[in-house]
Amino acid sequence: MSHWRAIVVAALLATAPALRAGEVPLEARRSGYSFMGPETRAMQDDDTANPGMLFVLDGESLWTKKVGVADKACADCHGDARSSMKGVAARYPAFDKTQGRPVTLDQRINLCRADHQQATPLPYESRDLLALSAFVAHQSRGLAITAGDDPQLKPFVAQGRDLFRQREGQLNLACTNCHDDNFDKRLAGAPITQAQPTGYPLYRLEWQTLGSLERRLRSCMTGVRAQAYDYGSPELVALELYLMSRARGLPMETPAVRP
Amino acid sequence: MARSLIHIAALVVVAGLTFAAGATAEEPAPYKIVGDGIPESLTGAPGDAARGRALVLARGTTCILCHSGPFPETRFQGDLAPDLTGAGNRWSVSQLRLRLVDASHFNPQTIMPSYYRTDGLVRVGRNFTGRPILSATEIEDIVAFLATLRD
Ligand code: HEC
Ligand code: HEC
Repeated sequence: MSHWRAIVVAALLATAPALRAGEVPLEARRSGYSFMGPETRAMQDDDTANPGMLFVLDGESLWTKKVGVADKACADCHGDARSSMKGVAARYPAFDKTQGRPVTLDQRINLCRADHQQATPLPYESRDLLALSAFVAHQSRGLAITAGDDPQLKPFVAQGRDLFRQREGQLNLACTNCHDDNFDKRLAGAPITQAQPTGYPLYRLEWQTLGSLERRLRSCMTGVRAQAYDYGSPELVALELYLMSRARGLPMETPAVRP
Repeated sequence: MARSLIHIAALVVVAGLTFAAGATAEEPAPYKIVGDGIPESLTGAPGDAARGRALVLARGTTCILCHSGPFPETRFQGDLAPDLTGAGNRWSVSQLRLRLVDASHFNPQTIMPSYYRTDGLVRVGRNFTGRPILSATEIEDIVAFLATLRD
């Protein structure tokens, strides 16, 4: 083992939970981007061709729009998102003291609406919620994912890992069977990635729209003919948290494009 | 062998319970494992190889998600599992039947689903509970087709 490797491994052991059997080693982690063809990559890379950028622009105008009984805009509390929201999405889901558990960026946006804007929650996968979360996450584009560092999150990361390794559904498959053990292989001709959640919300050509990470997880669950967890359920949040902590160090890509 | 007996017992119990609850005829019927296979047809009749081929190629059957095979007309084949070419040389009909019914009998860690099983599964989707992935007839058709795959 080279010194360099030894240092990486030592750092890993010190800061991150120990690597379990079957998990992708840190230095081998790759975004879904690296599994795509040149055309889809070019679409993601060019802001004028990336359909996700339309949502980011929508989010930018929602950021300054006064809403709710409080008649306040996000910007009234947070100012310029380019500085105040930089790196924020890279550490979500984050521990919320009042709730005593992790909340996703979508949930944080709705908590802000309830607590500070006195506005009704935006439904999951609604255009406005996707636009706001794309706009906020876009402020982290290029920054390394840091989610899961907070020690209070430890049991929730562990719960997410267990769910990732739990076989489920009529096809009796776990996430790990495809995304740890068989990435780079092809499922009916389509490449399987490592399921790194680097680009959400992202534009999926198959969906013809922007979608959240929860939407993606629910479709993998439906794919193995399992009962998908509800949006915002503790299980989906734990899975999301585990996936983000598993992607630690990879750069954020929001809004990514995927086939 | 002990395991297969337990398995049969479990299937009978499951079938009995759900029958009492008013389940449909889609519940798996009991079957008998002998050695490393199921020698007797699940339906009591031989399968239809032509229908079996069409089933293997149908996405909903899921084989082709993981496997490839001598199917020049289909571009979208998987490579998570061995190519099915020559499966009929490598395995007897009895072994092929057990492989489809419960692949975990050969390899407890396998990712290949058990196509004729309803017990021991977690969070099965509402539309899929209480019935196996394939019916006895479908399994017999696929077994008949796989047996024709000879190099
Ligand atoms: C039978 C194989 C299979 C199983 C099991 C499976 N997935 Fe997937 N998953 C896929 C395929 C195929 C795709 C689409 C291509 C890709 O991005 O990997 C995908 C995509 C994803 C993505 C998107 C990656 C990106 O770059 O945007 C995530 C995240 C993901 N899956 C997580 C999960 C989780 C969590 C589970 C378990 C609840 C799971 N998957 C179960 C096959 C599977
Ligand atoms: C999720 C993946 C998956 C699916 C779906 C699947 N298989 Fe398999 N299959 C495997 C794997 C992996 C093996 C290798 C042995 C093992 O792990 O059990 C295998 C082995 C086999 C073998 C023995 C191969 C040989 O010649 O050595 C046959 C025959 C077979 N499968 C047929 C089928 C049929 C028919 C279907 C659909 C009804 C199917 N499989 C669906 C993963 C799968």
